[in-house]
Amino acid sequence: MPAIGDPAPTFTLPDAAGAMHEPGGAPATVVVFTCNHCPYALAWHERIVAVARDYAGRGVPVLAINSNDSERYPRDSLQAMRARVEQGEFEGVPYLRDESQDVARAYGAKTTPDVFVLDAGGLLRYRGAPDADYEDPTQNAAFLRAALDAVLDGHDPDPSQTPPVGCSIKWKA
Amino acid sequence: MAEAGLDPNAVVLREVHTDSDAQREHFVGSPTIRIDGVDIQPPNGEPFGLTCRVYHRRDGRISPTPDPADVRESLATAQTKSTERN
Repeated sequence: MPAIGDPAPTFTLPDAAGAMHEPGGAPATVVVFTCNHCPYALAWHERIVAVARDYAGRGVPVLAINSNDSERYPRDSLQAMRARVEQGEFEGVPYLRDESQDVARAYGAKTTPDVFVLDAGGLLRYRGAPDADYEDPTQNAAFLRAALDAVLDGHDPDPSQTPPVGCSIKWKA
Repeated sequence: MAEAGLDPNAVVLREVHTDSDAQREHFVGSPTIRIDGVDIQPPNGEPFGLTCRVYHRRDGRISPTPDPADVRESLATAQTKSTERN
């Protein structure tokens, strides 16, 4: 699991339509572990999509990754992911399938959501929750936005870490 | 419970540890709140299993817990039914 300032794990994962994606080649990259059925992930979802929309002009990709065990949790199946994408719920956000769970393990992801911000060099600069309160949409992913603003401006995010809040990642037995 | 004039100690907390327990208990996720055995938000085809449950607050927000107003309403309904039975 990388610490703040360490190189973030690289990966190549397919999105819900089969196209491959990897982080990098951007001034900052957001990697967020999420899923289909967790109320915390769903409560924060629109705020994360809004970040993707608002920072697209600054070249920041947001990659959403579903690592949950879809055998025990069928609502996290690739088919269910595809359905959400086709309904327009992931506008501007590739929704990636981490079938082996290797990427979640490499990042030390614990919850859905669990947010990571990488800088242009691929170093981990922020990890944690999108903002302080899943119940309050006006928080507007403030932690994530502040971290992106700092990285894009060449500063250290403050805070650089917050406790991730959400449902546990559903690991395979 | 206290607001409704009931003993808060009457709340029974039960942990569901395994998938087989979830199947047996018809448990669709945490938290599930049953009053006199009746789920305050009856599942709508949700699969049984160890997972988090999605609730909708009355203002439409998604939440991991039910709207407190829904809990109060369910409690009041259960009290009325209990009174009618007795």
